[in-house]
Amino acid sequence: MKKQHRLIVNMIECEAHGVCAELFPERVQLDEWGYPIIDQEPIPPALLKHARRAVQNCPKLALILTDE
Amino acid sequence: MPRVGPEGLPRLLAGYRPDGPIGLQDHVAQYGPPPWRGGHRHGGPLIDAVEASGLRGRGGASFPTGRKMRTVAQHRGRSVVVVNGSEGEALSAKDRLLLTSLPHLVLDGAALAAEAVGADEIVVAVDRASRRAQASVHRAIEARRAAQVGGALVRGVALPSRYVAGEETALVNFVNGGAAKPTFTPPRPFERGVNGRPTLIQNAETLAHVALIARYGPDWFRQLGTPDEPGSTLLTIAGAVEHGIVCEVALGTTIGAAVTAAGGATGTLSAFLVGGYYGSWLPADEAWDVPLLNATLRAHGASLGTGVLYAFPVGHCGLVAAAQVADYLAGETAGQCGPCVYGLRAIADAMASIAAGQQVAAMVERLHRLFDEVRGRGACNYPDGVIRFVETALRTFGAEVERHAAQRRCLLAPPPAMPIPVFDGRWQ
Repeated sequence: MKKQHRLIVNMIECEAHGVCAELFPERVQLDEWGYPIIDQEPIPPALLKHARRAVQNCPKLALILTDE
Repeated sequence: MPRVGPEGLPRLLAGYRPDGPIGLQDHVAQYGPPPWRGGHRHGGPLIDAVEASGLRGRGGASFPTGRKMRTVAQHRGRSVVVVNGSEGEALSAKDRLLLTSLPHLVLDGAALAAEAVGADEIVVAVDRASRRAQASVHRAIEARRAAQVGGALVRGVALPSRYVAGEETALVNFVNGGAAKPTFTPPRPFERGVNGRPTLIQNAETLAHVALIARYGPDWFRQLGTPDEPGSTLLTIAGAVEHGIVCEVALGTTIGAAVTAAGGATGTLSAFLVGGYYGSWLPADEAWDVPLLNATLRAHGASLGTGVLYAFPVGHCGLVAAAQVADYLAGETAGQCGPCVYGLRAIADAMASIAAGQQVAAMVERLHRLFDEVRGRGACNYPDGVIRFVETALRTFGAEVERHAAQRRCLLAPPPAMPIPVFDGRWQ
């Protein structure tokens, strides 16, 4: 079974900086208060680079890329 | 061989004394001595019995108790048992009644569960506003220590009176010295809980059932209820009924029969709130014949929750009542997750506007958008429960929504005040 990557957010840590939506608009939108709404579908390999960049640049380190 | 259990009802409440808490001697005379059977590394015989009984948690989530016990037993190292007596659900009074009047039944269940899962420590968490329950639990712990009942060390903690303080990760965080607020998962408490150890958290009533299953066996437990949802359950019945009470019924009893057990309704009812503030509104005529089972309630968009039935009288505005409660529930956020903090406030404000007959159509539309936007986005499930409360209120009082839209105000009598607890300001 090939590993599937998904993006999750630790909403307790998140402070709505919005960097994730900026860097990974393919899968992250913001709600009316600026908090991320994340598409829960597995991330295809072509988009993994964008996902990793969003994770690395979150000022609160609240984004997590899972591989189950 | 298990002892022969009592036939019919009451079970848990058989030892209830109106004149005060039952003492240790009377407790043993009433229910029999706790049948210590020893645990072992991957769970003692009690876990088999609880699994066979089909008992599900009575704290709201209805999770299979035996499975939860086995999961904790399978983790390495000594574990901890936490008795969840927080009862953050404002309408529920059944755990408080058990802890106040029948503390030894709950503590027996905790001690037997500790033995089965390999725990050497038991923490009994009780809402700090429930002074009588606190006092009764402390006296019972002392009496058991003096009589050397059970092997695990038992201590009590007083929890902040907040709705989410009883959420499992919040409870663990508080016992570990933090605020009574939910934490990010994983880890779940069964992996890493109190002092980093595997932790079994069970609702007080659930453990009281465990104490009886240990004595009388799973077949006895299954003499009441249905094959999928066996046993008895405690209900708190409140609102427009003759006698607001806590009573014990067989699972599968209809809502109507439960109301009759509370002396009947004080008049014609328009709706029931089933499961408490974390539950669902149902029209009274639709609800009356529905058996109290998750299987049947689910078909009506409801669940048993903590076993609360609140009867709402006709002639009063359910939207005004729901708006008041929604405002309280929005304030009960732990204040950690943006969608919960801002989303629940926006939902409560939109509901207040509908209750007042202002911009009704637009606010109904906004609410449905907010439900979809906020649902599932908290670190815990708290916002989802509040959404269910408001969503089912809109549906159940749908005719009122139409009238508010047409009249631009409410023409019904103000509702009877639903209980809203006062918070003392401290999470620590």
